[in-house]
Amino acid sequence: MVLIAYITKIYSYILIFLGEVAMLAGETLFSIARGRIRPRLVLYQIAEIGYRSQLVVVVTGAFTGAVFTAQAYFQFASLNMETAVGPVVALSMFRELGPVLAGVMVAGRVGAAMSAEIGTMKVTQQIDALRALAVSPVDYLVVPRSVAMFISMPILVVESVGCGILASYYVGVKVLNISGVYFLANTQKFADSSDIVMALVKGFFFAGIIVFISCREGLNAKGGAVGVGRATTSTVVNCSLAILIVNFFLTMALNIIFPAG
Amino acid sequence: MTKQPLIQVKNLVQKIGSQEILRGLSLDIIEGETLVLLGKSGGGKSVFLRHLIGLMRPVSGSILFEGMDVTQLSERELEPVRRHIGMLFQDGALFDSMNVFDNVAFPLRERGEKNPAIVREKVAQALAMVNMTGHEHKMPVNLSGGMRKRVALARAIISPPAVILYDEPTAGLDPIVSDSINRLIRRLQSELHVTSIVVTHDMVSCYHIADRVALLSEGRIYFIGTPEELRQTTDPTIRDFVDGRSGETIY
Repeated sequence: MVLIAYITKIYSYILIFLGEVAMLAGETLFSIARGRIRPRLVLYQIAEIGYRSQLVVVVTGAFTGAVFTAQAYFQFASLNMETAVGPVVALSMFRELGPVLAGVMVAGRVGAAMSAEIGTMKVTQQIDALRALAVSPVDYLVVPRSVAMFISMPILVVESVGCGILASYYVGVKVLNISGVYFLANTQKFADSSDIVMALVKGFFFAGIIVFISCREGLNAKGGAVGVGRATTSTVVNCSLAILIVNFFLTMALNIIFPAG
Repeated sequence: MTKQPLIQVKNLVQKIGSQEILRGLSLDIIEGETLVLLGKSGGGKSVFLRHLIGLMRPVSGSILFEGMDVTQLSERELEPVRRHIGMLFQDGALFDSMNVFDNVAFPLRERGEKNPAIVREKVAQALAMVNMTGHEHKMPVNLSGGMRKRVALARAIISPPAVILYDEPTAGLDPIVSDSINRLIRRLQSELHVTSIVVTHDMVSCYHIADRVALLSEGRIYFIGTPEELRQTTDPTIRDFVDGRSGETIY
């Protein structure tokens, strides 16, 4: 009985959570469609989300590309398939690692900050003050962050992938002595524009996941500093889990539209 | 002839968890008056105030403002109502990412005022009214409690509202600052002719600013009358509150 009650509680928590995120997303998209966009706030958020996240995304992409190249080389070398390292790394970076790692890093850096900022505003009655001044918190807080995130995230994903491939080339050709000509030729042969589109589409979806979960957690924060701490933690956990789960379904769906190879 | 009430509250019921905070509260608020709502800490005064501006939804009951039932309006439908009502939160609730000037200018800018000269002029007037001229560039974190409340008040009155709701305007302030806030509330009423609803348990403040006084007890209005009637009442529940007696005996 205790186990059933526990499962029911978790199940209802997940349903409520998904419902609230969907409601927030719907209200935000409705506001965007009605043109309730504050350009100055959007630019500020692009600087916060896009510009200031570049270092972490670039470093993550570059070192993932580098280490993946090294591992692939050590495995492929025994089969005399060193020149396959380039396309394997490029395809993996475009289709999976670039978007997912950029998403998780942005969730940790930007999502947590969004949740903490909005959560602090909630527990210090600043959100109530906005409402009392006839300003919708969704229009004022969520819409600029969403627009900025939808613009920034695909660009961050491309930066991450680009740096990963550059690092892969450097490690493969300069450090591990793979033929540069074959490395590039094979990469160009197997990776095409559909892989870039796949990375961009995933980046766009992950932007929505991060911004709506983070803002939902912030707007639902209660209980002072402890509540803000909990909101921040659950933002990072829920965003990371959601990115990994949604990534699987996106991969399956996008592979039907853009078959590999 | 008696004036028509501006706000009519009928049988307001609110529960938080299993606790019934408001148990059928009914109250008429007359246009232009300053009504002070007294009551114990945790007795539902602030909760009641939040219902008036639609920040909370009641379990049952209605609040009529200019013929509209505020409790039935959606968040978007409430926006025009909220433009007529200013609220001073207990700790000011200033936006901590903005300085004093931007906090006070916020309602003007959000209501479409683009001309910087007009914004500057109106902010200067509002800050002068609350004696905060010269503090425009300070951040909220660098202000004292009394200063934060003054700035919040300037923000609430910059687009002159029909009603101002004050949530414990003198709580946590020393007697001198409290007195200046009381005078300010009085001055705003005489200069802007707004209807004011003040939630407090500060009796000095109550006698200073009230046209009428209501006492909230057990989730209902237990007493309503003028400050003079409050002074002269012999009802033991009211006297305990007014005279600050807990009813406990020390052996």
